Amino acid sequence: MRKKTDAGAIAAHIVLLAGLLGVALPFVWMVVSSFKSLPEFYSFHFLPKHWTTEAYRFIFSETEYVRWYGNSFIVGIAVTVSEVFFASLVGYTLAKYRFRGNKIVFYLILSTMMIPIELLVIPWYVLSADLGWVDTYWGIMFPGIMSAFGVFLMRQFMYAVPDDLLEAARIDGMGDFSIFIKIALPQVKQALAALGILSFLGNWNAYLWPVIVISDENMRTLPVGMSLFSTADAGGLQWNLIMAMSTLAVIPIVIVYFIFQKRIVEGISLTGMKG
Amino acid sequence: MARKMYEAGTGSPAPAYSRLTLENKKTRTAYTFLALPLLFFLGIRIAPTLYAFAMSFFKQSGPGYTLSNYEEMFTSQVFWRAIANTLLYVVITVPFQLGIGLVLALLIGRVNRFKGFYRTFYFLPYITSAVAISWVWRLMYDQDNGIINIFLKGLHLPAQKWLHDPQLALISVSIVIIWQASGFSMLIFMAGLESISKSYYEAARIDGASRWNLFWAITWPLLNPTIVFLSVTGVIGALQTFTQIANMTGAAGEKPAARSTARSASWYMYTIKASTILICRLLPRLPSFCFY
Repeated sequence: MRKKTDAGAIAAHIVLLAGLLGVALPFVWMVVSSFKSLPEFYSFHFLPKHWTTEAYRFIFSETEYVRWYGNSFIVGIAVTVSEVFFASLVGYTLAKYRFRGNKIVFYLILSTMMIPIELLVIPWYVLSADLGWVDTYWGIMFPGIMSAFGVFLMRQFMYAVPDDLLEAARIDGMGDFSIFIKIALPQVKQALAALGILSFLGNWNAYLWPVIVISDENMRTLPVGMSLFSTADAGGLQWNLIMAMSTLAVIPIVIVYFIFQKRIVEGISLTGMKG
Repeated sequence: MARKMYEAGTGSPAPAYSRLTLENKKTRTAYTFLALPLLFFLGIRIAPTLYAFAMSFFKQSGPGYTLSNYEEMFTSQVFWRAIANTLLYVVITVPFQLGIGLVLALLIGRVNRFKGFYRTFYFLPYITSAVAISWVWRLMYDQDNGIINIFLKGLHLPAQKWLHDPQLALISVSIVIIWQASGFSMLIFMAGLESISKSYYEAARIDGASRWNLFWAITWPLLNPTIVFLSVTGVIGALQTFTQIANMTGAAGEKPAARSTARSASWYMYTIKASTILICRLLPRLPSFCFY
């Protein structure tokens, strides 16, 4: 009996390891290709014959890559902070206050989850053009500063915060907002972390809205910069540069992922969704 | 819950009038907290939706409303092509994403060691940037320098044009989408499998059920909600495929025929810059709303 189980497990290991090759190959190919010189792309080698950091030096000195990287960080962090704050505030209010219109507000917010972003980008662009938000950080960020998904998630977690705790603080004379910040928020730290990480990753990778609202090269975020850099050059793609850009774009994601792996997996299993 | 909270706030059993003022105060605080968010959801989400709807009836020049945008859309070949492509993406990617995800989850459930290791690595593609991923695959598919054709040549098989071939372009993009999304299905299936009580399996095993029977009699029916959930999210994802197509088939020397076979409705919408099709894009989303 025992032996039979082991054989099955070994077979499973073999299949899983083979599958991992398929997962890893594009990543490995991306990294090794970034160390090739452009002419090497026209001869068939998996590994570069001469490892060179030429591509990296070029994107740092000759393109706005560093600027795009910075833009992505600024936008990603600002949106994440805002989204997490408002999601918890609204989630807390809806879960812990009984007032007229509670249900209506909740369904109103929830209903916006079914509106696809493609439907909104054109009205958003019209709005941004009217208000002068095109090519500004605010223009990139405003659609994401709050999310129905976040509200939905935080409301579920806020229900679990014990009422006694909030009552005790109220009797001590604490104000409503302080109770939220000092008592309720620390109770849902795990959910805040999960939402924050998912939100950051989602913003780091965001493409459709930024590519529409940005036309100034200096204001591009990383995905937009990479995408337009690659397509602008119709005379032949500079694959080594593109692969170096891709590698650098993936690095922060991989770092965040491996540090917070457990949180991310928990968050997604729990909610079945990405931010 | 909330009632208990404000009763405690008043201390002793409160007379009706003070309860009323307290309730007013609660309501006022709640709406103070909700003021900015409400402004946001009404102004940035709901009003633009209505505006998009109105825009779909705008005349292309001058004021007034018209149905001609819809007429133009429904008589446009590109539109129908895009709709057909979008449906093909759904039909191709969703079953594979779910199938691969389920097999991975079952295999990981089968092994005793390295579960976390497998889960971590299989999930990695899902969270990496779709733009970067698209460009890496575009190089892998490259006719002359791509690793896939190098591999085929090594096996003495004919090289393919992949993204440049009208017959293969859509499938090539689908493979990338499946590659990226299967890890997500795996994760959700793992959670689904874990929630099935072990006692069912034990009872069935005592009754002499085979492994095959266990799967079809217990695992499969109990996974049903997970499968429904993943199908819905998978269909929504496939209907909105944009980044991969924009980055894998855009510009730089493609044959137009191959490009149009890969385009989806999202892509079409982006390029025509009209709101008409946007409204049609809302419709498939309605069933998913009922799901929440």
